Amino acid sequence: MDMVAGKVKMTQQSVNTAMDPSDMLERPIRLTARDVTVHYGAKQALHGISIDIPDRAVTSFIGPSGCGKSTFLRCINRMNDTIEGAKVGGTIKLDGEDVYDPNLDVVELRARIGMVFQKPNPFPKSIYENVAYGPRIHGLARGKTDLDEIVVSSLRKAGLFEEVKDRLNEPGTGLSGGQQQRLCIARAIAVGPEVILMDEPCSALDPIATAIIEELIDELRENYTIVIVTHSMQQAARVSQRTAFFHLGNLIEEGVTEDIFTNPVNKQTQDYIMGRIG
Amino acid sequence: MVGYLLLAIVVFALVAFWVGRSAGDRFVTAGGASVHSLPGYHGAFVAVWVGIPALVLLLLWIMAQGPVIDGLLLGTLPATLLDGASNADRSLLLSEIKNVAAGRIFAEPTPEIAAAAQSLLRWQQIADWLMVVVVIAVMLLAMFFAYSRLAPRFRARHGVERFTTFIMIACSVAAILTTMGIIASLVYESIEFFSMVPVHEFLFGLRWEPQIAIRADQVAGNGAFGAVPVFLGTIVIATIAMLVATPIGLFTAIYLTEYANDRVRNIVKPIMEILAGVPTVVYGFFAVLTVAPAIRSAGSLMGLATSPNSALAAGGVMGIMIIPFISSLADDAIRSVPRSLRDGSMAMGATRAETMTKVLLPAALPGIMGGILLALSRAIGETMIVVMAAGLIATLNINPLDSVTTVTVQIVTLLIGDTAFDNPKTLAAFALGLVLFLVTLGLNVIALTIVRRYREQYD
Amino acid sequence: MSEATVSTRPISQDRIRLRNRRNAADFRLRAYGIAAIGTAIGLLAILLFTLVIGGYSAFVQTHIRVDFPIAAENVDPANPAEGNWRAVVSDAMATLLPGSQSPAETRQIAQILTSNTQFFVRNAVLANPDVIGGTLTLDVPAADIFDQLNKGNISRDTPEANRRVSDQQIGWFDTLVEQGRISTPFNWGLFFNADSRFPEIAGLAGAITGSFYALLVCFVISFPVGIAAAIYLEEFAPKNRWTDIIEVNINNLAAVPSIVFGLLGLAVFLQIFGLPRSAPLVGGLVLALMTLPTIIIVTRNALKAVPPSIREAGYGMGASPQQVIWHHVLPLSLPGILTGTIIGLAQALGETAPLLLIGMNAFITSPPGGVMEASTALPTQIYIWADSPERGFVSRTSAGILVLLGFLLLMNAIAIFLRQRLERRW
Repeated sequence: MDMVAGKVKMTQQSVNTAMDPSDMLERPIRLTARDVTVHYGAKQALHGISIDIPDRAVTSFIGPSGCGKSTFLRCINRMNDTIEGAKVGGTIKLDGEDVYDPNLDVVELRARIGMVFQKPNPFPKSIYENVAYGPRIHGLARGKTDLDEIVVSSLRKAGLFEEVKDRLNEPGTGLSGGQQQRLCIARAIAVGPEVILMDEPCSALDPIATAIIEELIDELRENYTIVIVTHSMQQAARVSQRTAFFHLGNLIEEGVTEDIFTNPVNKQTQDYIMGRIG
Repeated sequence: MVGYLLLAIVVFALVAFWVGRSAGDRFVTAGGASVHSLPGYHGAFVAVWVGIPALVLLLLWIMAQGPVIDGLLLGTLPATLLDGASNADRSLLLSEIKNVAAGRIFAEPTPEIAAAAQSLLRWQQIADWLMVVVVIAVMLLAMFFAYSRLAPRFRARHGVERFTTFIMIACSVAAILTTMGIIASLVYESIEFFSMVPVHEFLFGLRWEPQIAIRADQVAGNGAFGAVPVFLGTIVIATIAMLVATPIGLFTAIYLTEYANDRVRNIVKPIMEILAGVPTVVYGFFAVLTVAPAIRSAGSLMGLATSPNSALAAGGVMGIMIIPFISSLADDAIRSVPRSLRDGSMAMGATRAETMTKVLLPAALPGIMGGILLALSRAIGETMIVVMAAGLIATLNINPLDSVTTVTVQIVTLLIGDTAFDNPKTLAAFALGLVLFLVTLGLNVIALTIVRRYREQYD
Repeated sequence: MSEATVSTRPISQDRIRLRNRRNAADFRLRAYGIAAIGTAIGLLAILLFTLVIGGYSAFVQTHIRVDFPIAAENVDPANPAEGNWRAVVSDAMATLLPGSQSPAETRQIAQILTSNTQFFVRNAVLANPDVIGGTLTLDVPAADIFDQLNKGNISRDTPEANRRVSDQQIGWFDTLVEQGRISTPFNWGLFFNADSRFPEIAGLAGAITGSFYALLVCFVISFPVGIAAAIYLEEFAPKNRWTDIIEVNINNLAAVPSIVFGLLGLAVFLQIFGLPRSAPLVGGLVLALMTLPTIIIVTRNALKAVPPSIREAGYGMGASPQQVIWHHVLPLSLPGILTGTIIGLAQALGETAPLLLIGMNAFITSPPGGVMEASTALPTQIYIWADSPERGFVSRTSAGILVLLGFLLLMNAIAIFLRQRLERRW
């Protein structure tokens, strides 16, 4: 039932935003991954992932839990660096620049590739401070008015400003789950990233909050390249233009969302879509 | 001079910070977001380069200046003064020259000495000014070097963070240095001691009379430094303490984990914490003022000869001190036995006492043993209670109503007052300290290993 | 076997006996537990009780109001500092208690007041020279034995030969009581005087100042070093043999007997570095080395308690690992660190043995003016007083202990307050 609803909605969206699947092919490629492998100690978590991620579109990674989709997402902004014993092989390029270049400062990389986590994790500080933190450490604001402007516009883009404009100095942890997640998105936007990675951003949220976030993702697509990991196929169908299916650390199939859901080439993808694995 | 120089270093570093930050500001105005580090990091980078090498140089200079000038001074003295002079004579000569130079003249100095004093003053002045010039030159050079490296893409933050990481590593090494300092000082002084008193005399000798060794005609090591009576006294008092503390602490832990409700626990636990927080000097006073007289009168009521500073008083009060220690460790041990074991026993219809004695205690035994060993190491190392309540005379005696002495008491009595580091009396304290350190370390290592193994077993 | 047979089966006497025995064992274990806890609490109660009973009387001090005639023959108005103050005191006492003329008696009468009376009078006159030629009225502390007599610690029923005051001295004192000259106000001297050979004017000012300086040094060193070490070990250090060694080493250092640290201080700080004996600086250094493991351990626990999601959020924003620590993790763990630090400092405040070895048990009659000046500390002052034979020092020792316990209680209360108010539950 849900499946059908999702599909219907997706079709509507395609109509609304006038994005023809064929249009996708002409979009420039922002991120390219070639033969990416990840080892945690002796255990291999990813087996040679190669994928191209287009600009200003939503790409979703789906697959059963433990399939490596989150691991791959975290390779893109090198969050795996913080895990001891993790070893990443292969190449990932952002605009042709190697993300794993030893001369590249990972901190600058992460300013260009924002990230939103599974559980909303605002800093235990005020709403204002949460959004202002990124611009501060990256030196993006010249003075207070500049910073105020960034904070307001980021909150606006995240669709949160109207709800919190009277309580910017109250702690961000006091917001509802959905609001917290939008605060985290605003926080990511504030740094002016080109790519936003979202690691199951709605898994801790109720359906209404999820709907709001999904709408927001669709709006953000206009300006950002978005990669979203989701455990919900409906969500992938609703928000993304391209979908990649991961299974047991392999990228099984990747393509225009509609094709993946209606006409999967691979047998495993088909089984997963039909609910036989997962 | 040094004070002003330190101030100058601070001022230079502040200026350097400002210079660096304004450079960073300029980069940002010119280049916008492509600048790597925040202006503040540029400032901190230059400040670290200016301040830290200068500071290190200053410290090294201060340490080196004295010996270098001494060497120069000795080199200029006429050979007649130095012929056949021992090291002690040389240092005497040097201090005489320094006294003359400082104007502390007790007798008319010889012309050689007076001339040396003059040159000493001159050299000192030269050295002081040289130090100022060199340090400031180093700071200017460093500032120039650091400033020249600043650029929009320069990673000033990395430089600053490397520096803070280095500082943090140095701080974590402080703990190692403390241990090494303890071992080095104990071993060094003990070796000195054992060169005067043979090791076997110390470890197996039966007579401990260190106080007479200060007399010049007393041959040290004539059996006066046999530490067996001291070790025996320590064992007696520690045993008494453990006999008091173990049952009380253990039963307290049993009651608190198995029988007490939350209200009782919330009252008893803070009381135990108070008991643990009372300084040992307070327990010592309690032992002297209250417990020892009480034991004495009880002893005389029963017709027993009791010493005014009996081992029983010191050991008993030490036991009180250790109760909370044992109860909390035993509490932890019993609590970390998995609930399933307890539930299984209860489900078979065992009473709480049976569950405790047949299931929980055997399972928690390693943890409890570890706790008891830690407590024992505490008892052996405890000082104030025994210093105040135990005896000073070492006798081969295990009667708890008699007075005995302990290792820690002897260390304190040997070292209180003026201490010269060349007589066996002082050095004996370090030998005792070494034994104490090794024994407590051994107990701790064994205890911690047992406790860790035990924890792993249930994790 | 059917249900009916089970329910009607008579319970054998053996089973009843067994059950009773098992219940009795259970009851016994519970009784042992209660007895153990009762013993522990009872001992603590006795400890506190004897301290309060022994110490409360030292919080008041017998004072005697004396009119000192500041005659010009004893005190030259041109040079009052050089006056014959001893004569001023004995004259004043002789007029208070007339009728005793022998020089020995006059001297004894003057001894009703503390031996330092002449200095009190001199200082009062120097502060107010107009009084020369007139009369100065002062409340002067009574000498220890009269203080004890007034507080009832010396029984009048004891035969004269067995007590330290003669009948005659008691008579003099009673005369002063009749004259209404005796008062027992709160003993501010206990807090504002330094040590003295005379119990009646001995106070804790020097010890409190010394302890304050030592704790200050201890805090200034162990707090930053401990936090830096803990951050490195918890957040940055690679897990290898070296960090393992540091880890084991810190745990063992926390269990090294305190007196060994005293030996270290003596051999290294005094002998090699040549720092001054009895100085709070050295005491503070030794205490810092002892407190360091505690602070490292509590800081690591506090850092561990900050959830990883905060760190991830920071990294995701492009903050460097150090920025994440300084901006987010450390501020969040600070309440826990502070709580642990205060408890560690409270332990350091009560530490005695290492301070004895570096000579902080010296007899010093003025509070230290800085960290390099010789001084005592609270626990060592207690030790000195506990060793002193005068009766007045017994109650002062108890009073000193009560003051020390008061400070410890205060510090722990602050720590608990911090924990409850600031600590965040995740």
